[in-house]
Amino acid sequence: MDINDETIDRLCDLAKLEFKGEERTAIKQDLTRILSYFEKLNAIDTNGVEPLIFMTDSENVLREDKPHTSIQRADALKNAPAKDSDYFRVPKVLDK
Amino acid sequence: MTELDIDFEKYEPVIGLEVHAQMLTKSKAYCTDPYDYGAEPNTQVSPISLGHPGTLPMHNRQVVNNAIKMGLACQCNIASYQYYARKNYFYADLPKGYQITQDKTPICTGGYIAIKLKDQAPKNITLTRIHMEEDAGKSMHDQDVYDTLIDLNRAGVPLIEIVTEPEIASGEEAYAYLSEVRKLVRYLEICDGNMEEGSLRCDANISVRLKGSKAFGTKVEVKNMNSMRNVQKAIDFEIRRQIICIETGERIAQETRSFDALKGITISMRSKEGASDYRYFPEPDLPPLHVSADYIEGVKALMPELPKALFEKYTLQFGLNEYDANVLTENKDIAAYFESILKHTSNIKAAANWVMVGIKGYLNEQALEIKDFSVQASRIADLINLIDEGKVSHSVAAQKVFPEMINEHHLSPLQIAEKLNVLQESNSDELQTWINQSIEKFPSKVAEYKAGKESLLGLFMGEVMKMSKGKADPKLTSQLLKNTLDHHA
Repeated sequence: MDINDETIDRLCDLAKLEFKGEERTAIKQDLTRILSYFEKLNAIDTNGVEPLIFMTDSENVLREDKPHTSIQRADALKNAPAKDSDYFRVPKVLDK
Repeated sequence: MTELDIDFEKYEPVIGLEVHAQMLTKSKAYCTDPYDYGAEPNTQVSPISLGHPGTLPMHNRQVVNNAIKMGLACQCNIASYQYYARKNYFYADLPKGYQITQDKTPICTGGYIAIKLKDQAPKNITLTRIHMEEDAGKSMHDQDVYDTLIDLNRAGVPLIEIVTEPEIASGEEAYAYLSEVRKLVRYLEICDGNMEEGSLRCDANISVRLKGSKAFGTKVEVKNMNSMRNVQKAIDFEIRRQIICIETGERIAQETRSFDALKGITISMRSKEGASDYRYFPEPDLPPLHVSADYIEGVKALMPELPKALFEKYTLQFGLNEYDANVLTENKDIAAYFESILKHTSNIKAAANWVMVGIKGYLNEQALEIKDFSVQASRIADLINLIDEGKVSHSVAAQKVFPEMINEHHLSPLQIAEKLNVLQESNSDELQTWINQSIEKFPSKVAEYKAGKESLLGLFMGEVMKMSKGKADPKLTSQLLKNTLDHHA
């Protein structure tokens, strides 16, 4: 896969990031290097091998439906860059 | 070209619905936070629902059970092997940056929900899938001038999403389908089905095509319909809008539209061209699920009788008509109350009528639910038996005894009737006295009656009723009266 300007634009859009000038050249190089590193995996023949999704054998790890309140509102809001006594605050967003 | 020239009948609407049902669990889907609608903002959160780094989700068993129940109620296949997926998108009320959902392995596939429109044969709406996922928080855009306010109480609340095939053909069918979904989730007690509060939400995918055409038209998604009526209205509006678009040579944009309930129209929200890329991938933090046949049987055993089974019991076994059976099975608690009455009386039709007319009328008037109704079912049965024994007339029971029973819980219906002095007089000696008096009062009418004017019986009946102050048992009175007149010299 080729990392071209179009790919960078698409990734920037999805990641809500912006790269300009030198930054853009640098990220392009980094991504190209990372991708070519992973290209090595193509050397292995995976025909007929089921994709491995989970690294452990555990399954059906379920919890009983018991409520428990672990933190107070003040703690929940503590790390937010913008907040008031009740809410997290973010710039106006109307379009979802 | 004006709207009047358009032949709307040329077109066929193609509608698929996506219904999100909020699960009635005590805790959230992947963490233990409680959730109550209307709780103080950001008080029902935890590091997990806030999406803090280093936290791990753990799935709530009840959500799995609820989804299986809904699947079984709709004759779906329950997947034996499933895993969860991350649906990635960027929005302020989704703190993790992804929603945990199911993509490739939904818990239920196939199945159907039957709908029935008036004067039409029943129609099965095929389900594509039912999957489990979590809700996002709430964004408030208009409470503050500068900022959007975020309340994350709802973040992580369990949902099931029920997706239909594009088989719905009108707003009316969509309404009927939603009524059935709501009835089912309420019977199963997995969701309160409240569209106004958003615990049941519906998005509609709508397109139109010429009748007979195989290809689909451009699909438009309509959101923000917060009642079943609004879903119907929004769909009907949107069908019309799309046909007018086509007929006037406009292009239908592939977009999401929002329903404006005040104006009764849909408005463009955002384009879907260059559709969003959710980059689904398996959720590594939640181990997969294996659902065995035994497990499914265990869940099945916990399910109540469903409305369809009750409907069949009421029509085939109890001999009620379809209308009555429908009204009685509309709500599980109503059906249960009706059946409780039947434990104490064998008069099924009377029990059905009392529930549908007297009791439902009272509940509607007082805006109460049947579970708030204070009169025990056995007492309604007592009242029915009192009428059947001829102790009170039906109208006296409905107008006098029943209202008193709602306030007076210590006296039996019989005692109440005595207290109100409305017991029917079926003592034939006393009746005979009144009958004799009425006959003596109108000797000329007696002659006319005997000459063949049988309608005069009503006059004597009226007289007896007057003397008895309405308490004379009409059936017995009429018998005795006829007998007396026939033997009168």
